[in-house]
Amino acid sequence: MASPSTFSVVVEVRLRPGIADPQGATIERALPALGLSGITGVRAGKSFRFDIVADDEVAALAQGTVVADRVLANPVIEESSVTVTVTATAKPVAG
Amino acid sequence: MEAGAQNSGSGGEQPLHRALGLTDGERDEVEALLGRPPNHLELALFAVMWSEHCSYKSSRVHLKRLPTVAPYVLVGPGENAGVIDAGDGIAVAIRIESHNHPSAIEPYQGAATGVGGILRDIFTMGARPIAVMDPLFFGDPAEARQRWLIEGVVAGISGYGNSVGVPTVGGELTFDPCYAQNPLVNVLCMGVLPVERLVLGQASGVGNLAVLLGSSTGRDGIGGVSVLASAGFGGEDDAASESKRPSVQVGDPFEEKRLIEACLELLDAKLVVGIQDLGGAGLVCATSETAARGGVGMDVDVSAVPRREDGMVAYEVMTSESQERMLAIVTPRDLPRVQEVCERWEVRASVVGRVTDAPDGVPGRLRILDGFDGEVLGDVPAVALSEDAPLYHRPLARPANQDARLADDPGALPAPADCGPDVLALLTDPAWVYRQYDHQLFLNTVEAPGGDAAVLRLAAPGLPPSERGLALSTDSNPGWCSLDPRQGTAATVAEAALNVACSGARPMAVVNCLNFGNPEHAEVMWQLSEAVDGMSEACLGLSLPVIGGNVSLYNESAGIDIDPTVVIGVLGLIERLAVRPPGVTLVPDAALVLFDGGPELSSDPPTPPPLGGSRWAKEIRGHRNGTLPRLDLAGHARLLSLVTALIGEGVSGGPALVAGIHDVSGGGLGVALAELSVRSGVGISVAGIGDHHELFTESPSRVLVCTTQVAGLVSRAADAGVRFRVLGTTGGDRITVEGLVDVSVDEATTAWRDRLPALLDEFAPAVSN
Amino acid sequence: MPSRVGVVMFPGTNCEHDVVQAVNGLGGTAELVWHGNSSVSGYDALILPGGFAHGDYLRPGAIARFSPVMEAVGRFAAEGGPVVGICNGFQVLTEAGLLPGALQKNRGLRFLCATVDIRVETDRSVLTSGIAPGTVLSIPINHFEGNYTCDAETLARLRGDERVILRYVDNPNGSIDGIAGVCNEERNVVGLMPHPERASDALTGSVDGAVLLRSLLASALTSANA
Repeated sequence: MASPSTFSVVVEVRLRPGIADPQGATIERALPALGLSGITGVRAGKSFRFDIVADDEVAALAQGTVVADRVLANPVIEESSVTVTVTATAKPVAG
Repeated sequence: MEAGAQNSGSGGEQPLHRALGLTDGERDEVEALLGRPPNHLELALFAVMWSEHCSYKSSRVHLKRLPTVAPYVLVGPGENAGVIDAGDGIAVAIRIESHNHPSAIEPYQGAATGVGGILRDIFTMGARPIAVMDPLFFGDPAEARQRWLIEGVVAGISGYGNSVGVPTVGGELTFDPCYAQNPLVNVLCMGVLPVERLVLGQASGVGNLAVLLGSSTGRDGIGGVSVLASAGFGGEDDAASESKRPSVQVGDPFEEKRLIEACLELLDAKLVVGIQDLGGAGLVCATSETAARGGVGMDVDVSAVPRREDGMVAYEVMTSESQERMLAIVTPRDLPRVQEVCERWEVRASVVGRVTDAPDGVPGRLRILDGFDGEVLGDVPAVALSEDAPLYHRPLARPANQDARLADDPGALPAPADCGPDVLALLTDPAWVYRQYDHQLFLNTVEAPGGDAAVLRLAAPGLPPSERGLALSTDSNPGWCSLDPRQGTAATVAEAALNVACSGARPMAVVNCLNFGNPEHAEVMWQLSEAVDGMSEACLGLSLPVIGGNVSLYNESAGIDIDPTVVIGVLGLIERLAVRPPGVTLVPDAALVLFDGGPELSSDPPTPPPLGGSRWAKEIRGHRNGTLPRLDLAGHARLLSLVTALIGEGVSGGPALVAGIHDVSGGGLGVALAELSVRSGVGISVAGIGDHHELFTESPSRVLVCTTQVAGLVSRAADAGVRFRVLGTTGGDRITVEGLVDVSVDEATTAWRDRLPALLDEFAPAVSN
Repeated sequence: MPSRVGVVMFPGTNCEHDVVQAVNGLGGTAELVWHGNSSVSGYDALILPGGFAHGDYLRPGAIARFSPVMEAVGRFAAEGGPVVGICNGFQVLTEAGLLPGALQKNRGLRFLCATVDIRVETDRSVLTSGIAPGTVLSIPINHFEGNYTCDAETLARLRGDERVILRYVDNPNGSIDGIAGVCNEERNVVGLMPHPERASDALTGSVDGAVLLRSLLASALTSANA
């Protein structure tokens, strides 16, 4: 059995395609005024970072996905993606 | 823990005390007070507590000339907030503060934490904050950087105030190039409390505990009062400089909301002996002030203060300005119940101090310890920090060009061929700002922002029932104060009082925020001294006590001082508020009457009404000089009594002689008439206004009244000894002043409504379609 | 007997006292219900008031839906009890899945506090029963995230089932189809962005909101006696 270790998780939450994005649209409209032309498809999103103690990467991903789906994203309008890496400075697992 | 720090600021080679913001003389005074050289921690404590921001060392000698007493004043200046007895067992607490320098660097957080700080000052007194007002001053909004500042400041006030749940019911918006590098963000807060809940921020009872409530402590805001707020900006780039950015704090309105509810519950349950907010100068200020006020000492265990960063040293913990923290003095017996209340509100509560004895005649000590039984890191008399700051009688000098400025009068400027376009150019609807503020929470807001004064019911959860109402106005006129700080300030007090009278309130008390330039400039100190004298004269003449104030100095950039900016808040009380006051509006087919309580102009030789200090001269013609119109305080007092009585009768449910009312202020009669018209959609036809002098003069003590009962109204004015004149009638769809102005109500409305959105909504889509 | 209304309060809720005052002023009996409670028994109706539950951190309503009281609110709704979410309360109900759709940032990206005209679209809901469809009410809005959105299929269903109960006369925030309020299939759970409690006293400007709250109080009694 693998000993638990610490994984670093990044969850990216963005609006589902087709959902209006007033923030992205406003940013896109502002860009030409700054002399930045030809930029389209601006979409705003959020990113969350946290650590998970798990037996392996698969388990960490599974837990991270639960957090993303149940808490961080609103499935009515948002979708999420989860990335897991082993932390470079793995912390000892507390009791 | 080490008492000192490795990185003692950005000073490089300079001595430690100077890097911390103390002069050589002040450092020597600290050594004399202690009888030994101070260590780093002690020096840091004195540096923040003796900063201009905390100690008022340059202004105190002047401020003591202000009148501060009236029978109904429960708490005057010097406490966290001024408090008056409003009757019915209810007290009203009020305070005004500036958050100018933080807002110049990070407008959103600067303004947001300004709101957070003033709220804590109010609930520290046991009062529930029920209203905020924000006078704001920026440079030319045509500049991108100014728009960034405006957008950020308004969003910060909105983001924090709305979320924490205190309505923002009014304010002011002023543009002038003098604020380009140094915007001003003033915040006024009013709270209400049952009289018996009134508490003062003092510690007592040897052995009692000092409990730190709220957020953890980080390195944010260290030196905010001594470095940031007590020095000017160097120049163009300095205001946004990286070097000052670390001093800015980040606000958390959700933490503050829980802190408010927890503290009010603790006070209601009588579980605290004293309570004090942590604002400028953080924990050192809260512990030394509560101890000094209570005539006791305090031991503070820095190791017990919850931190949000590793490796903080004692002076950082003691001087951090991390937001959303309070210090409660609690008996050991009540501690478990205090912890229970805090737990319910998810507010952290940590015992960080103990009240200690002050043996006969010996001032109590503030001791900073590493563990209550651990090493003593610092040991100073508490009172020395909070009350023994040096007092400076700084040199005063009337500016050399003052006489030339007064003599350079705009009266001789050529008359406009048509005054209509000038009137339109002076109209601005502030709705762009206040629509971003929740101005209705608590169901108290009877008169929303945009009128002469905000009007609120005197009600809140936990208050005894009352039929009374409150009126609140903030006013300023930096252009006037720059020409004549004494009379300009007096006229500002008069105008703010008249604004609350227009809602039927009796003016009761004054708070002030004095925003000035560098006190080391003798001209600035002369302006400050004159302004204080002008405020004193007006307050004495109108029987108004000053119950609180704030002084913000070093508002300068590249050596150029801002115009002296005296912000006056007047609190008024409405005896019975049963019906909405008429407000700034017109009804059709009525008469327009002008009340004039000002001094009569000489007719031999005929004197045109003065244009000195007028918005017309400054904004339309770019002429900033001239002599101000005179103010007659006795006449103004008669006008106030008349207006309060007339409107007061109507709002109490009695006969209403007045259908609409507006004071004549910035922009003169021309703007006052147009504002009445655009706010009601009703046209105006006026005759007998001689020329542009009469249309645009800003002579004080005048009110426009719309009435359908002219005879009854003017007889009341005659009885009160107030001059009156029937100017014309209302109705139709044009604003006409015979021979001077003829514009449609529609074009005036468009000019008024669209000015701010056109300037500020450049990148944002229309709000409605 | 007056309707007993539970006003559900989360940390950060700030309109709870206003709702209590308005309900009591109309002859109901309102009480605060703390979010940690796991029971809402004894009430004829529930209101989730406005504010910033949990600071609106993450998303408005996103954390509040995990409070113990929300399970009880769900059971109360399932048993047919009237539940109304106002502003932040509407956001909580959508996050909790008791109402369809979601509320995004306003078009214009600014907070909006203003009195707007709202049209009653149906009298078939606990908040609008007895009010003639087409009635226009003047009621304050006060939100940053009031821009109602849902997918096309949901919108078609809401329209087909006459579940859009309130629409803005002049859309202030970009809401899809001008929607200001919706109800669930059973029509006993309602969410709306406007604040009816803020329009319940002539002294503060409008009494149009009282029309809606009276309807709720009447519905509450009917449901309690059913």
